Amino acid sequence: MSGTYLGMPAFPAAAKEAVGNETLRANLRHATHTIRDKRAKAVAELDDWMLLREAGKRIKDHTLRHLDRYLVQLEESVTAAGGVVHWAADAAEANRIVAELVKATGESEVVKVKSMATQEIGLNEALEAEGISAYETDLAELIVQLGDDRPSHILVPAIHKNRGEIRDIFRDRMGAWGRAAPEGLSDTPGELAEAARLHLREKFLRAKVGVSGANFMVAETGTLVVFESEGNGRMCLTLPETLISVVGIEKVVPSWRDLEVFLQTLPRSSTAERMNPYTTMWTGTHDTDGPSTFHLVLLDNGRTATLADEVGRQALRCIRCSACLNVCPVYERAGGHAYGSVYPGPIGAILSPQLRGTGSEIDASLPYASSLCGACYEVCPVAIDIPEVLVHLRERVADQGGKGHRLEKAAMKAAGWVFDHPRVLAAGEKAASRTRRLHPSRLPGAGAWTNTRDLPKLPPEPFRDWWKKNRAQDRGKGARPAGSGTQGRDAHGPGVGGPNSDDRKDSGT
Amino acid sequence: MNTGSGSRERILARIRTAVADAPDAPEVVRDYLDTHTPEDRVVELLAENLADYRAIVHRAGTEELPGLIGRLLAERGARTVLVPPLLPPSWLSATPAEITRVEDDVDATARELDAVDSVVTGCALAVAETGTLVLDAAPDQGRRRITLVPDHHICVVRTADQVVGSVPQAMPRLDPTRPLTWISGPSATSDIELDRVEGVHGPRTLEVILLAE
Repeated sequence: MSGTYLGMPAFPAAAKEAVGNETLRANLRHATHTIRDKRAKAVAELDDWMLLREAGKRIKDHTLRHLDRYLVQLEESVTAAGGVVHWAADAAEANRIVAELVKATGESEVVKVKSMATQEIGLNEALEAEGISAYETDLAELIVQLGDDRPSHILVPAIHKNRGEIRDIFRDRMGAWGRAAPEGLSDTPGELAEAARLHLREKFLRAKVGVSGANFMVAETGTLVVFESEGNGRMCLTLPETLISVVGIEKVVPSWRDLEVFLQTLPRSSTAERMNPYTTMWTGTHDTDGPSTFHLVLLDNGRTATLADEVGRQALRCIRCSACLNVCPVYERAGGHAYGSVYPGPIGAILSPQLRGTGSEIDASLPYASSLCGACYEVCPVAIDIPEVLVHLRERVADQGGKGHRLEKAAMKAAGWVFDHPRVLAAGEKAASRTRRLHPSRLPGAGAWTNTRDLPKLPPEPFRDWWKKNRAQDRGKGARPAGSGTQGRDAHGPGVGGPNSDDRKDSGT
Repeated sequence: MNTGSGSRERILARIRTAVADAPDAPEVVRDYLDTHTPEDRVVELLAENLADYRAIVHRAGTEELPGLIGRLLAERGARTVLVPPLLPPSWLSATPAEITRVEDDVDATARELDAVDSVVTGCALAVAETGTLVLDAAPDQGRRRITLVPDHHICVVRTADQVVGSVPQAMPRLDPTRPLTWISGPSATSDIELDRVEGVHGPRTLEVILLAE
């Protein structure tokens, strides 16, 4: 990839391409606006939303603080209920464990419930390399898999495709994977859903091995919980003889009762429903009801490194609702693929660089994929202060250096000196105003960063001069303006915390 | 038998190091509401919310129940109906003889279940605020698969003692050692342009009978 000068153009470059795609932008705008209005209505039905949000945040924080204890308790509970617990330090180990478990059954295909964790570790590809076919059964995942595409949204992985595009994929590709799409398939959502039902049914009915993730695991009881809509989850969780669940270690909650909070906040935040159509809760194995063998693979894969960061660890509270994606102005325009991760949007911008580290170009660029407007924080049902973590990660990326960041740091240092020396600043501003016609619209020398940004136009005269001329005579010499001033240029004064200050209102709507 | 025990110790050690200096997390406060719904409104609200998510809601007294079930099966054109092990016998007492009852056989394959038209069950409880039925695989409901594979599910809710207002009221009444299925309307998807479309893999028709005894 070209233009890597500052170590952060990966997202800008990908986003620039996406922004130029009119269909993609229209699909995203339509979908995100629909869901955000519905969410606001669903949330408004509960007077105690802010209390539920705070409780959810605290349950997660408490669990993370004592994560070792709750994981050990979970292991005991699941084992006592007839399950087998495995621990995977990274993606490679998790994939190896799952592949061996599938091989031990003698089967060469598995049906899958949509799961972020298995996408994160690239399980389908790893299984394929071992000669095992993994069939995605969520409608959107099916669209992505048949289209040889990548997911672009946590909840609705094919959000970037409209109905016409989906019809084409079904018509052209279903036959190669199993039952072909019906003749003359139209693009009405009802017909498309029916085509998926027929195509997948034969896979469900013969499946011997199911693979899932989980939304929650209860330490006290050993219960796993999967929220879904279509019934493909129920199919995968109850019809096969063997069930393998791959779950991030941060998904544990201490008690059964804790679920009452998330059962209220997750569906309203994600699909904007009072409740999603189906939720399955199982505890180990249940005699003749459901799989007779259950394996739980507990996945670290960067989570403990995230936990070690005192600001960044709050990202582990995430319950993957995707409300932050739907309100994000950057996501709405750039789409999910630009984030270069299975976790797109604001949460992805803080999760991916922490799970994977900030060594790569894309991960170092993600903390900058935001305008810090704070909408993500407002809708987050577990109150993750995403802007706070973004700023924190920017600092980390800057500290780790690289050519561009040395430049940035040098510039900041120089700026700091100038702001500390008012006379130098005044002289500089005057000189800049006088020469403004000569300024280029783009800053040379800083490579990719400046290529995607126009320099702001300088005003004809410095604010200090304007102030002296227009206002200063009205007041005592040296008096600070009351209020913030109509010019809005008092950016160096106190109290301008930007979106990262602590006084944001948690309207929840 | 656990595998990857080296990783187990490694992960636990990493966690302990990661949080060693972390301050203790503030206590969990449960000052959210136990319910949002007055007691005398719960059955009405349940009916509204079920219907809002396209479940078909019926009401019956004990006397009318068998007739209603028989009529719904006949109108559906069902030729076969799955029966959980201990469904109250009276419930199917007025079902037309030509509709064959199918017991849930442990050895029945998913494909055999797929050939059955309808299923009739009770439930563990229903949650009014969310329009949810919770099944816990008790003998009047049967194994999870029998309410999943057939395309038509009739579920009977006893309004006198099975309807709670809210999720927090439901939790203490449920037993997590049982397999639980929370059902809110028929199977649906929002995966195409975020429009809710009913009818994917689960039963595409969900009929709920509110039984006032």
